[in-house]
Amino acid sequence: MTANELIRSSASAMAAKLAAKEVSAVELTQAHLDRIAEVDGGARGVHAFLHVNTDEALAVAADVDARRAAGEELHELAGVPIAVKDLIVTKGQPTTAASKILEGWMSPYDATVVKKLRAARMPLLGKTNLDEFAMGSSTEHSAYGPTRNPWDLDRIPGGSGGGSAAAVAAFEAPLALGTDTGGSIRQPGAVTGTVGVKPTYGAVSRYGAIAMASSLDQIGPVSRTVLDSALLQEVIGGYDPLDSTSLTDPSTGLVAAARVGNVKGMKVGVIKELHGEGFQTGVEKRFNESVELLRSAGAEIVEVSCPNFRYALGAYYLIMPSEASSNLAKYDGVRFGMRTLPAEGPLTIERVMSATRAAGFGDEVKRRIILGTYALSAGYYDAYYGSAQKVRTLIQNDFAAAFAQVDVLISPTSPVTAFKLGEKIHDPLSMYLNDIATIPANLAGVPGLTLPGGLADEDGLPVGIQLLAPAREDARLYRVGAVLESLLEAQWGGPILDKAPALAELVKTAAAAKEAN
Amino acid sequence: MSTETILSFEEAMEKYDPVLGFEVHVELNTKTKMFSSAPNVFGDTPNSNVNEVCLGLPGVLPVVNKKAVESSILIGLALNCKIAEHCTFARKQYFYPDTPKNFQTSQYEDPICYDGWLDIELEDGTVFHVEIERAHMEEDAGKLTHMGGATGRIQGADFSLVDYNRSGVPLVEIVTKPIEGAGSRAPELAKAYVAAVREIVKNLGVSDAKMERGNVRCDANVSLRPYGQEKFGTRTETKNVNSLRAVENAVKFEIQRHAAVLDSGVKIIQETRHWHEDTKSTTSGRPKSDADDYRYFPEPDLVPIVTTAEWVEELRATLPEPPAERRKRLQADWGYSDLEFRDVVNAGLMGEIEETIAAGASAAAARKWWMGEIARRAKLADVDPAALGVTPAVVVEIEKLIAAGSINDKLARKVLDGVLEGEGTPAEVVQKRGLAVVSDDGALQKAIDEALAAQPDVADKIRGGKVQAVGAIVGGVMKVTRGQADAGRVRELILKTLGVEG
Repeated sequence: MTANELIRSSASAMAAKLAAKEVSAVELTQAHLDRIAEVDGGARGVHAFLHVNTDEALAVAADVDARRAAGEELHELAGVPIAVKDLIVTKGQPTTAASKILEGWMSPYDATVVKKLRAARMPLLGKTNLDEFAMGSSTEHSAYGPTRNPWDLDRIPGGSGGGSAAAVAAFEAPLALGTDTGGSIRQPGAVTGTVGVKPTYGAVSRYGAIAMASSLDQIGPVSRTVLDSALLQEVIGGYDPLDSTSLTDPSTGLVAAARVGNVKGMKVGVIKELHGEGFQTGVEKRFNESVELLRSAGAEIVEVSCPNFRYALGAYYLIMPSEASSNLAKYDGVRFGMRTLPAEGPLTIERVMSATRAAGFGDEVKRRIILGTYALSAGYYDAYYGSAQKVRTLIQNDFAAAFAQVDVLISPTSPVTAFKLGEKIHDPLSMYLNDIATIPANLAGVPGLTLPGGLADEDGLPVGIQLLAPAREDARLYRVGAVLESLLEAQWGGPILDKAPALAELVKTAAAAKEAN
Repeated sequence: MSTETILSFEEAMEKYDPVLGFEVHVELNTKTKMFSSAPNVFGDTPNSNVNEVCLGLPGVLPVVNKKAVESSILIGLALNCKIAEHCTFARKQYFYPDTPKNFQTSQYEDPICYDGWLDIELEDGTVFHVEIERAHMEEDAGKLTHMGGATGRIQGADFSLVDYNRSGVPLVEIVTKPIEGAGSRAPELAKAYVAAVREIVKNLGVSDAKMERGNVRCDANVSLRPYGQEKFGTRTETKNVNSLRAVENAVKFEIQRHAAVLDSGVKIIQETRHWHEDTKSTTSGRPKSDADDYRYFPEPDLVPIVTTAEWVEELRATLPEPPAERRKRLQADWGYSDLEFRDVVNAGLMGEIEETIAAGASAAAARKWWMGEIARRAKLADVDPAALGVTPAVVVEIEKLIAAGSINDKLARKVLDGVLEGEGTPAEVVQKRGLAVVSDDGALQKAIDEALAAQPDVADKIRGGKVQAVGAIVGGVMKVTRGQADAGRVRELILKTLGVEG
């Protein structure tokens, strides 16, 4: 097997090869580091990574190989490398949240999920790009430049977790960690033809994930197959005493669910409000086909209505900025990170804080801090934050009513395929609409999964299919998702990413073309 | 420092009716902090008792300290409060470098304890019923020290130092309802209320309750209104008044200051005031209005605290004897008269005396020292007796030295001087200062023989049976030994020398 074939395997296939000693962890890790070197950098590179953790990743891989040679019993994913969204703190590597304000900051502690990755002995390839503080749907709001979509280097990879999704889609990593506050795992998954899961709120510890909106944020897996996400969620999930909102449920049964292999007798609800008008033609078409595939596999398809979902975006854009305005107050230049002194005038603590925040935060972050500060202000709290919380309850009620009728819900993940870099950067409202289908799950705390549903006819770009399940029923997503995935791949004759352009050539050609210009 | 005009207290009281209110912050003595596993220890090297959570580093999450919740419930129960079955935390948001997250995690709409009361007994036995509005949980801020500049405040300082050891220490804030009707007893009531709260939390064992360390801190609200007016006047809040005497003085000063301001036809500015122990006056802090916008919202990183009736009853069962009952018992145990005991209580020295007795002193000796020499010196130094630096162990050791005849009462006071000047334990001071009584009989005998020779007529009187005349000889001996003799032993030796039975 060539290195190129190796990196295109699923994580579970890589794990099997490692276990069978067909390949070493060092070879596997090096193959990914080589791929990163090949496609990530340069003027037209994917730019999925903000930091590449070469030495440590290889050291961990070598340690895995030594332990395996000594006959030590290892975790199934030991030696399978992984990329980590740069919103999650790691010892030994910088954590920036893609913001200037944290440039050069080194966390003195590991996030709980990172500790779990280390315990499973998974080499950490590096930190992936994102919209600054996870605020955005295109990764264009990164202070360190955008990530490019491996399907078309002039297009966005989604956001905020565009780096993790692009890394996986570009075979720079078989697995990645993402965070999802309003769709930041699922929407990038949809537009890059990859799989991503936002687990039930509390199923994965948030300790060490830099908070945007605490009541909405959730860490989850990013991968190329449904089974791989299940494997990764089992590693990172479970109760954490350091996260008071952590659930006590064990993180088990997900891999088994992905291996059930049928959906006979399951009821799948099509959410009336989340397809049709406002959704791109090709997205709608692929979505309908997926629904029909599930029907043909023995699932019962039911149309359900979630009438309050139409208020979700409005409620989200009050709750999220409110919490974000508070969570981001600590970035003031006093204790860590960047410090900027005022250009003129007296040097007081308030003015240093102010100058630091003015220089350190990007426009989208400032926009949300201002929105949130306003929404929480005396006299406006009830009308804004208070009302939004009521809407949240209504949305939870809609989910409860829907799940009384069906086992899982299905919708397109994103209303559109990947748009062009720069296309929506100056139109926040249009940017926000990308998360219309993903936001309700965050508001209700229920789990959601996206998997590739094919390519849109009009642009040949990936379409994402979203599955939603009741809280703590993440296993259902993996069961239905894996079945739908195998039905689709049977139609396509292989994984969707086989249809993606040959990236290495593309990156080189594009760079050469740019140079020629 | 203060250029404020004030009215005499008597005149202020003739014209105006004071209304009081107190916010008392109690630092809990839990092993770890309110929301992090960092140690809660006073006095360590700055910024040593911290971890990523109480430093507010990116990505951290709080976890509620269960012991702190239990301590809060105990305080609520001791203050006759209702305990909320369900309560939440909220974020109080403001930018200031003593708060690493730039918000303080506190309770806002639903405090864990509410609707309580406390009966406060003044020195003459008058009882005031003080209603408690709430007692809520929160975290302490870090400690800022402003260096340079004239004001000792952040504005104008050359630089400021911050110690986050205190950041995240569990606090319970006890808030009274407005206290009306105290009249001229207001300053006394203020002191007695804070003393009562301090006594309760100390008695519960939930706080070290040392005001000088900031374990118990009082913000005193004062407003005046003309007699007969129902509406409250504008209040000021004097912050961090950190001794019982200061609470009394601060309330008294603010009453006098308000009265002068109101008399001059000017409105009181609603503001915080800073108490200055040196000038016994307050100065203006920052303007404070009820519309201060802290943008409170429910803390999304914490789940609500649910208290079951079973849990609360379990805690109630562990409540120690209430202070009032404890006082009755202690008075009986110690055998003090009503007057003696009330003096002890009013001096705030019951705890010290109890500890001293527990450490081995007799009840009479403990009272003699605390109410006598220690109280006298504290008054001179203008501090609370407990803050003077004399520990129960010192008192016990001095008493033992007296009982063993090593020193006498007069020397004991010199020993105390040495202890307070940091010369070591009483025994060490005795040694270093050479304060031991002359117990060498040979040396004493020589002094006695000389004294008898100097006053032969007195010696004759004693020989003749007038034993009371021995005092004159004793006096002579003490003079020669500069007081460092055991008078009892001297007397014995004189009588023996003269062959007279004592």
